Amino acid sequence: MIRLIGFFVGVAFTVAVLWAFATGAYTAATEPAAPTAEHEFHRTPRPLHLASDGPFGRWDLQQLQRGYQVYKEVCSACHSLKYVAFRDLAQLGYTEAEVKATAASWTVPGIDPVTGETNTRPGTPTDYFPSPFPNDIAARAANNNAIPPDLSLMTKARHDGAAYVHSLLTGYQDQPAELLKKFPDAKTGPGLHYNPYFANLNLAMAPPLSDDQVTYADGTKATVDQMATDVAAFLTWTAEPSLIKRKQTGWAVMIFLVFATILAWFAKKQVWAPITPKRPKKD
Amino acid sequence: MSFPWAKQYEPKAPLMRYLDEKLPLPRFLYNAVGGGYPVPRNLNYWWNFGVLAGFCLVLQIVTGVILAMHFAANAGVAFNSVEHIMRDVNWGWMLRYAHANGASFFFIVIYIHIFRGFFYGSYKAPREMVWLLGVVIFLLLMATAFMGYVLPWGQMSFWGAKVITGLFGAIPIVGEPIQIWLLGGYAPDNAALNRFFSLHFLLPFVIAGVVILHIWALHIPGSSNPTGVEIKSESDTIPFHPYYTAKDGFGLGVFLIAYCLMVFFLPNFMGHPDNYIPANPLSTPAHIVPEWYFWPFYAILRAFTADILFVPAKLLGVLAMFSSILVWFFLPWLDKSPVRSGHYRPVFKKFFWVLVVDMAVLFYCGGAPAEEPYVMLSQIATAYYFLHFLVILPIVSMIERPNPLPFSITEAVLGSDDKAVMAANATPAT
Repeated sequence: MIRLIGFFVGVAFTVAVLWAFATGAYTAATEPAAPTAEHEFHRTPRPLHLASDGPFGRWDLQQLQRGYQVYKEVCSACHSLKYVAFRDLAQLGYTEAEVKATAASWTVPGIDPVTGETNTRPGTPTDYFPSPFPNDIAARAANNNAIPPDLSLMTKARHDGAAYVHSLLTGYQDQPAELLKKFPDAKTGPGLHYNPYFANLNLAMAPPLSDDQVTYADGTKATVDQMATDVAAFLTWTAEPSLIKRKQTGWAVMIFLVFATILAWFAKKQVWAPITPKRPKKD
Repeated sequence: MSFPWAKQYEPKAPLMRYLDEKLPLPRFLYNAVGGGYPVPRNLNYWWNFGVLAGFCLVLQIVTGVILAMHFAANAGVAFNSVEHIMRDVNWGWMLRYAHANGASFFFIVIYIHIFRGFFYGSYKAPREMVWLLGVVIFLLLMATAFMGYVLPWGQMSFWGAKVITGLFGAIPIVGEPIQIWLLGGYAPDNAALNRFFSLHFLLPFVIAGVVILHIWALHIPGSSNPTGVEIKSESDTIPFHPYYTAKDGFGLGVFLIAYCLMVFFLPNFMGHPDNYIPANPLSTPAHIVPEWYFWPFYAILRAFTADILFVPAKLLGVLAMFSSILVWFFLPWLDKSPVRSGHYRPVFKKFFWVLVVDMAVLFYCGGAPAEEPYVMLSQIATAYYFLHFLVILPIVSMIERPNPLPFSITEAVLGSDDKAVMAANATPAT
């Protein structure tokens, strides 16, 4: 009885799904899905190699410091970094005094201890990076109705994180003539900027970097590509400050586990030896 | 029940004898997973996955309870509290990655455990109850995992919750009130997050309870084995301890190597980048996908794209998705072949591998965007899925002519061609 009912239920579902298949196939044949500009012109990020990549990755502290400088002098005008505190910068190789000094160079919101009114004050190492805008509405108003996203987790919140950041920052270009010929409606709108690495190709952020925009303390030449790479490395660190510690811990764990598993294998062999069939050697 | 030749627990130390009189817990464990449980001597490494699933449950409970000490189930701060765990809690990043990847590995283990059951006919009499309880555990596990994924309150948490609870809205008339009642609102928000947290904490302990029933039910007929031939004599069995504890120990080592590779070197590989973006009800992600372990069922849900008469496509999809798992409950009665093991069932074996490929196709389509050719591919695969369990299996079990079975487990292990070897090895050393 169960099998009879099951048979009819099975056939019913099969008929229903094959009917959906037939309708779908008919639609696909009569009205093929129109290609879109996003489909044809979107590009996946170009590969980027950072010192922190791979199982043996290490932080390149010089590069992280350069990246921090780019964030501070360029990105921070619009983008917050709210999950990172100034004290965390000590991990980039800054001394305690340097951390204090750089924290003090930022203005953070505060409360007047006498009047209780809101004001601003220089940052201390325990403060988090301040947001450039008081609220989302102000952020939208200043940025062509687009909220600049927080950058703390950016390299984990996009596919190919650091490579994406690097490609996006260096990927601005004029809209290809071919695209306009094929999709006349897809012309980049006013206040937007064409970038094939952005999901919908048109980005509200203007190209933020230009050659020699910052002056690196270590004398590295500040090309757009260099700055984009450095800031991508910096954002890899902000997204996961424990990244390198994680990989190093992983090696200790793996060495232990491989050793323990080999022991477990021999233990198993020994325990099973008395009941494992002993076949006469064939020679 | 146990076999008459099962070793008896004999406490030697006075304390253990005292304990055995007052609360025979050591005796209970001895009979459950110790020397007092006789197990077929021919279990292969596919039989390791039950113990591994139990290990995963303990791992998830331990890491989860510690994470709950630092997590805040409030829509305003949940995302921030996860970042707090990642950045400020000592070894918090390791706990969270261990828990998130632990869920993925739990499902890897459980899928292998289920498919082992499919192939070796572990669902057949006298182990139907073991199988039924197993399906209950799987359903509870899915509910727990789904609610756990909502807790970090990222974009995929929010939109996944919205899509999955939206499924209840497909039920005619009462659907929408049920959906609002489940969520405590019109969309996932603080009320939903709080109750999901509460249930996510509760359900693992319910699972632990059903796992005890699952193992209890297993111990009545005893474990199945790769030949599917029941235990006939003492020489067919060996005590669980030390033989299978040693074998499981090695299996656990291999499992931990694979698991720790992911935790320490690719912890976000099985996650979705969008879940590192805080939940935003005003911004829909381009492609909403659940966690990878739901992809096959998500593909079945989305395969139904056309209304049939008065039944809307969405309702069909929801019914099909739930039925695709509920059908497992009926497996012991759908497949009536007296032969358990797929090794001796030439026709069944071929269809089993077609089912494995079919599940892989469903998995692939479930993770892909709802576009062609993925939708059409998932429709074919969905059709086969239902045909397999409800039409092909019953028919195969009626018409198939199985290959000859070995006389006993001992014969299967030691080979009937070699009588001298058999005699020498027939009795296991104690």
